[in-house]
Amino acid sequence: MNTQCNADLAINVTDATVHYGQVQALDHASLQLAQGTVCGLVGMNGSGKSTLFKTIMGQIKPDTGSVKISGTDPQQARKSGKLAYVPQSEAVDWNFPISVRDVVMTGRYGQMGWTRRAKKKDHAAVNEALERVELTDFANRQIGQLSGGQKKRAFVARCIAQGASIMLLDEPFAGVDKRSEATITKLLREVADEGGSVLISTHDLHALPDLADEAVLLMRKVLMHGRPEIVLRAENLALAFGLDPMKRDAS
Amino acid sequence: MNLIELLAEPLSYTFMIRALSVTIIASVLCALLSCWLVLIGWSLMGDAVSHAVLPGVVLAYIVGAPFALGALIFGFLAVALIGGVRDTTKLKEDAAIGIVFTTLFSFGLVLISVTPSHIDLNHIIFGNLLGVSSADLWQVLILGAVTFAILILKRKDFTLYAFDQTHAHALGMSPRLIGAILLGLLAMTSVVALQAVGVILVVAMLIIPGATAFLLTDKFSKMLVIAPALAACAGILGVYASYFLDASTGGMVVLAQALIFAAVYLFSPRQGLIATKLAAKERRKSLAAVR
Repeated sequence: MNTQCNADLAINVTDATVHYGQVQALDHASLQLAQGTVCGLVGMNGSGKSTLFKTIMGQIKPDTGSVKISGTDPQQARKSGKLAYVPQSEAVDWNFPISVRDVVMTGRYGQMGWTRRAKKKDHAAVNEALERVELTDFANRQIGQLSGGQKKRAFVARCIAQGASIMLLDEPFAGVDKRSEATITKLLREVADEGGSVLISTHDLHALPDLADEAVLLMRKVLMHGRPEIVLRAENLALAFGLDPMKRDAS
Repeated sequence: MNLIELLAEPLSYTFMIRALSVTIIASVLCALLSCWLVLIGWSLMGDAVSHAVLPGVVLAYIVGAPFALGALIFGFLAVALIGGVRDTTKLKEDAAIGIVFTTLFSFGLVLISVTPSHIDLNHIIFGNLLGVSSADLWQVLILGAVTFAILILKRKDFTLYAFDQTHAHALGMSPRLIGAILLGLLAMTSVVALQAVGVILVVAMLIIPGATAFLLTDKFSKMLVIAPALAACAGILGVYASYFLDASTGGMVVLAQALIFAAVYLFSPRQGLIATKLAAKERRKSLAAVR
């Protein structure tokens, strides 16, 4: 891969190794994601999906290797509002006294002054984002009073209001009804068509071919990266999920 | 004597006016801060920091430095030690908190007992509202104004920190820095509240108002109004009650807050115990009628 191509990459993780104490969570993992693509990240629990996300977000500094976001340093990319993140449901305090509109508004904080006072353009961006995820009628609800799918859409709206060009979604389809899944899928496709890049960790393998341009198999390192139909073949999944029927037969 | 005269009587004493002023300032400040503490899950941290500032305050007194400085240093020291013990052992955080703050608190007690001075241990432990000097009042006013201003101006960052630190990080903010500022404000507030209710009861003022407001609303902006308003009422109620009943002022202030909490817990229209029980009964009845 030549350097000119590297500068166009939305996400460029090269040779990242991460340890938690004695446990190795990532083992020289490399992941390149081009602009305008949706990529599904597949792997069993403990395969390092969350660690890879945290590495891309800059919450963890890898022992080896480097991370570049849109060709720049991650800190700089974060400051310019390029990176957005949709948390796992378990990571959110759903009793928090905050409305859907206010959650989406936090997407604008990076572009506001130091007291985070919302201006006209911020309200406009929030309204537009709410409309795109079809939550306008629910804008004033407390965030916990939405269905599972609506909750996810609220956080996707936050990414849209932020104007992020790279979106990371951690298990967006867990506990989500089919209709919301379809809405989110459609939205993410639109984001990619507009040049954005989307990285999704998911267990929902059936949804991947419709949603993603690419899939990545992770088992502490990237085992395979290619078109979903190919990556999701049974013999390939066996590599990532540790089930290797062939091997078992032989032994 | 009519009611107004009765209520005005304590105000004819300067010490009572000072006591009321300090109580209201401390109550409002603690109440504001408590809204975030309750939501972040830092109630125990509030307990720890408010106790751990004791040696800092005593040392500041000995060397003649501002109390707030000593409190800040020991507040951060406590947080650092708690984090250190938690991260380098297999102990859970509550054990780390318990070990660190009691250690620092005891150190403070020992310092007071060996310091030749007119500091009365009881005043620090239980507060000394009726003995607030005008210098104390000034210190409370200045600390209170600074803390209040930072809390209000940066409230949205603190709320984002409480709600979603990862998002704050993704926007290029530093959640660590925001957390550290909040802890610093906690230490400063502890110094203010120490005057009012003493080291032991500060934690009540740092938890109860926010918890009460949280039961009343699901809008954070409303919590920031409800909590200080209730706390100020409780403060006034407590000071008056202690005057007329000749009882512990700090104790009365906290009891008044607890009474309000109990009333809200029972009678809150949406989340109160009675309202939810009644609603459940109605539901059962209507379901039975359908059948």
